[in-house]
Amino acid sequence: MQAWHFSESAYPYLPPAETYPSIRVSLPSKHFDPVKGAALWDRYLEEWRIAEDEGLEIMLNEHHQTATCADPAAPMVLAALARLTTKARLLILGNPLANRRQPVRVAEEMALCDVLSHGRVEAGFVRGVPYEVSPANSNPVRMGDRFWEALDLIVKTWTSHDGPFSHEGRFFHHRNINIWPRAYQNPHPPVWVSTTSPGGAAEVGAKGFVQATFLTGFEATRKIYESYRAAWRKAGRGQDVPNHRLAYAALIYVGETEQEAHDGAEKLLWYVTANKVAPQFANPPGYAPVAAQVAMQRGVEHPLKQFSKNPSVEAAIRSGFMFAGTPDQVYEQIKRHYDYVGGYGHLLIMGQAGFLEHDDTVKGIRNFARHVYPRLKEMFPKTKISGDFGDVPPEPPERFVLRSSHGVETDGPLISALGGASA
Amino acid sequence: MKRTTVTIANCELEIHEGGSGAPLLFLHPGAGFRANDPYVALLTAHRRVIAPSHPGFGTSQLPDWIDHVDDIAHIYLELMDKMGLAKVDLIGCSIGGWIAAEMLTKAPERFGKVMLVAPVGVKTGPTDKLDIPDIYVMPPADVQALMFHDPAKMAVDPSKLKDEELAVMARNRETLALLVWEPYMHNPKLRRRLHRVASPTLFVRGESDGLVSAAYLEAYAALVPGAIIATIPQAGHAPQIEQPQAFAQIALDFLG
Repeated sequence: MQAWHFSESAYPYLPPAETYPSIRVSLPSKHFDPVKGAALWDRYLEEWRIAEDEGLEIMLNEHHQTATCADPAAPMVLAALARLTTKARLLILGNPLANRRQPVRVAEEMALCDVLSHGRVEAGFVRGVPYEVSPANSNPVRMGDRFWEALDLIVKTWTSHDGPFSHEGRFFHHRNINIWPRAYQNPHPPVWVSTTSPGGAAEVGAKGFVQATFLTGFEATRKIYESYRAAWRKAGRGQDVPNHRLAYAALIYVGETEQEAHDGAEKLLWYVTANKVAPQFANPPGYAPVAAQVAMQRGVEHPLKQFSKNPSVEAAIRSGFMFAGTPDQVYEQIKRHYDYVGGYGHLLIMGQAGFLEHDDTVKGIRNFARHVYPRLKEMFPKTKISGDFGDVPPEPPERFVLRSSHGVETDGPLISALGGASA
Repeated sequence: MKRTTVTIANCELEIHEGGSGAPLLFLHPGAGFRANDPYVALLTAHRRVIAPSHPGFGTSQLPDWIDHVDDIAHIYLELMDKMGLAKVDLIGCSIGGWIAAEMLTKAPERFGKVMLVAPVGVKTGPTDKLDIPDIYVMPPADVQALMFHDPAKMAVDPSKLKDEELAVMARNRETLALLVWEPYMHNPKLRRRLHRVASPTLFVRGESDGLVSAAYLEAYAALVPGAIIATIPQAGHAPQIEQPQAFAQIALDFLG
């Protein structure tokens, strides 16, 4: 198991949420104090360096026109990390391909970062979340088709070394493609793709790229992985799917005591609860399929939106999108999730969010790296096969409830089948 | 009205047809064509009305190569050939007006009288201001307020609709976005072609239309030789829906 420290590099110093309709797209940038913002960036970069010192890998992402992520150009931060670190793998997850007008430029950025880091780039690609289409002025219809054409072109761009070739496709046209520098890794940096739907996972599995899924809990993650594994086998990649082809992202906080863990975990929930998005940005036409649109008209809500109405650390843990507690508790929670979904080789740790300050972030990183990570590496080595359930189907998830002196366990809504709109 | 299908360029189109008399091609707005809307019967009482659902709207197919209003204009000119319609009168509403305008610039000789109702399709204003307000960045209720003179009366209750009806609405919404996203609600070339229009043309606007402003309609009409303008009171962007009687009266008076 490889573990990756991830912060969405938020700018959390905002006016009360009641005073703005949306934290994304339309929130005026007058609320961003550049001095405070620069200090935050010093901090986030430092936390990635500490994570590297502790033996963790590094993950970053990008979003646009939002205080939830002050990184609208992840390749630039990737370049900085390429020079600020020396040994960690650097995962960018990812480049929002359906919103990038020039896939060849994306291939150039990734190749250059790969050279700058001496071959440590893991190149992740995402379609782009719904609230990105407006900042990118990107058509929300047919994004999946654009995504795949762009990714195929990028891989071809990385792997062509005998002079120019041309591409005249459905969405992209480019003559004389012949990028310099070529990527450091041969044939090219590992490719990751994130989706949160079984349909998307099937496409990723058929191509054999690393599949990452975010905060999808027990049931939905299992469906996504099942779909990936089935498509992998169907494409003739062999019966066994190595666990390092699959990744899961969760909110994770490890404390020395339950109380300490609970306090840290509660601050991580900012990631979910602060995501106030106006409906017109959350659901642009064409982003989600027609059947999902009909379901939304009938009142079906995204489970995380439902969760955010009555959030609690306990409910998040029960739902499988947060692992928090003492080292023993967190190890057990991860093991239970790992076994239930069939296994994965990468744990993407949302280990900093909102007002989780530097000292507490570092504590969480160290507690995980020193007291949980060694056990995960031992129990779930890269040689493990994913989906190796054998004849005994896994049991339904048990409850891993974190006791807290803050009060009794609340019965938040259970997040079960996350499906709906895919990312 | 009877419903049939016709296939043009490998795209199966849903065609609504009713009434008798001289042919009138009706091109629906973004909300799609609903044969039961009261204005339809008022038109078919006097004319043979042919109302295709645009590709990707209603139950018409959307082939993957279609992504522009211009594509639809070409398909409809071919549809006229296939249906033996040498010359027609034409009504186009909103995006249907845009399709109509594109058709008029390609084959001006094939149209008699033309009525463009709250049409979009050209850019006439300054660079730093949208001609048509951005319906994709405002709360849904605000869009309704700009759409209708009386939004409360026009409100749709999804719980009263069947799944198939909701699916058609979602599909219409998706195809509309595909077609109008960028450049937003217009073809930059269209204004340079509209001088070719040879038909007597009436531009119509609901007085309370918050999407197509009076200034926009005037600027649009000024690009079409000899075009005239009419306004329908107590109506918004869809005067055919909010004021069917007044709409039909104006249409039949003008088209004859």
